[in-house]
Amino acid sequence: MRRYSAFAIAREALRFHTGWERAWAAPEPKADYDVVIVGAGGHGLATAYYLGKNYGITNVAIVEKGWLGGGNTGRNTTIIRSNYLQDPSAAIYEKARSLYETMSQDLNYNVMFSPRGVMMLAQTEHEIRGYQRTAHANALQGVATEFISPARVKELCPIIELSGPRYPVLGALWQPRGGTARHDAVAWGYARACSDMGMHILQKTEVSAVLQSGGQVTGVTTSKGDIKCKKLAIVVAGNSGVLAEMAGFRLPMESAALQALVSEPIKPCMDVVVMANTVHGYMSQSDKGEMVIGGGADGFNNYTQRGSFHHVEETVRALIETFPIISRLKMLRQWGGIVDMTGDRSPIISKTPLGNCFIDGGWGTGGFKSIPGSGWAMAELVAKGEPGALAAPFGLDRFKEGRFIDESVAAGVAH
Amino acid sequence: MLLLTCPNCGIKADETELHPGGEAHITRHGAGASDSDFEGYLFHRKNPKGVHFERWRHAMGCGKWFHAARATDTLEVFGTYSAQVFEPPNDLIEKIKLKRPDWEGF
Repeated sequence: MRRYSAFAIAREALRFHTGWERAWAAPEPKADYDVVIVGAGGHGLATAYYLGKNYGITNVAIVEKGWLGGGNTGRNTTIIRSNYLQDPSAAIYEKARSLYETMSQDLNYNVMFSPRGVMMLAQTEHEIRGYQRTAHANALQGVATEFISPARVKELCPIIELSGPRYPVLGALWQPRGGTARHDAVAWGYARACSDMGMHILQKTEVSAVLQSGGQVTGVTTSKGDIKCKKLAIVVAGNSGVLAEMAGFRLPMESAALQALVSEPIKPCMDVVVMANTVHGYMSQSDKGEMVIGGGADGFNNYTQRGSFHHVEETVRALIETFPIISRLKMLRQWGGIVDMTGDRSPIISKTPLGNCFIDGGWGTGGFKSIPGSGWAMAELVAKGEPGALAAPFGLDRFKEGRFIDESVAAGVAH
Repeated sequence: MLLLTCPNCGIKADETELHPGGEAHITRHGAGASDSDFEGYLFHRKNPKGVHFERWRHAMGCGKWFHAARATDTLEVFGTYSAQVFEPPNDLIEKIKLKRPDWEGF
């Protein structure tokens, strides 16, 4: 792999850009691999990358039914934060956030990580208490957050309306090291690094069956033929239930549509991410100037990547009260992605009832921010066959034991 | 936007009038059940990409619960029926089979 650098740009400028190579290869599938990962989104590619980097396992195929990063990796609102209440969540999301800080250097690929700060507005008395508690918990966990006053909120985000009649801003949980990153670049950067390690990224290869013998996984049937493997990792946001059915077990998950939208581009007016969980809306401004807006998920099972219009309406209606400046903006695009919602709204990184088959899913509405941490923990699980400290609390067994990671109470909807 | 006909009051209601209630016809294991039965009842869901039987409540209308059969991959609604049954009516199952010959059945 030729490294990207300022020198490389100068070199290529002198020879009319004829020397750039493909970022990743498009190989034909081999008959067998040590590890097959289903799903070449952020989480799947990160799993592959850390399998190679941390454990030296490079005989890996990443199988993708569509195109690389074309699912939720390309559909989220790119927010990165780790201000969680519960210790297991804070640990894995903070691991992810810290890996994002060095990701561009690590991958030699500019993921445009922008630690611009994330604030979660407290708009009710309950939220004030809840976020103060979270700030104290974060102090113990070593996650830098603080509870800030309305005046400080206004200072950080001047376009905000503090004294709205229905949703006054009473304070906020502020994580200055949170922010955003370029979501596609995360997938592309991991893919380039994986391809460089000799891993096979097989796009437009849909898995239709999981092959097994004697309770152990032996491979997968794909649209390009059978592929054998010693270990199988299912990392398919939104479609975990479909793959689990192929593998012969059920998951504590349901799939629903989550929507986002962007406005026409305007001049820079907001250099932080603001989340308002009471009204189910969050907003940031992209480098292009578009206001990026996310809302709540639909309540019913859905695989169509289309959501209900009234959810968009509710989100925008509420955000207009908090940000009167957006009331005349035209919205350019709106789209949906399918998220796996687990019983306790926390993810699953776990062994499964099928031997040597592992699952990483159920990230619900919080998948993008966790990509590197999820990949790190999943790679350890796949390589060793047992979860490490990061993944252990997120096992499937917690639903039988009643040992939930009950984050939804703390984080509201935008979790 | 989803349109479901409430079998209780006969009104064709749009989604903003309705509240989704999740998968229908789940066996409700209670006291004395095994851990795995109870876990399955509480958490495990079919979550199919295809035909799904589910519960809805006509929250902003008559307030009553009912059942619906819907496709999660196309949002097509096959029909709605009473909440007071343990499985979908046969005519509805036949109707779905006609439309989706490769559906594995209820």
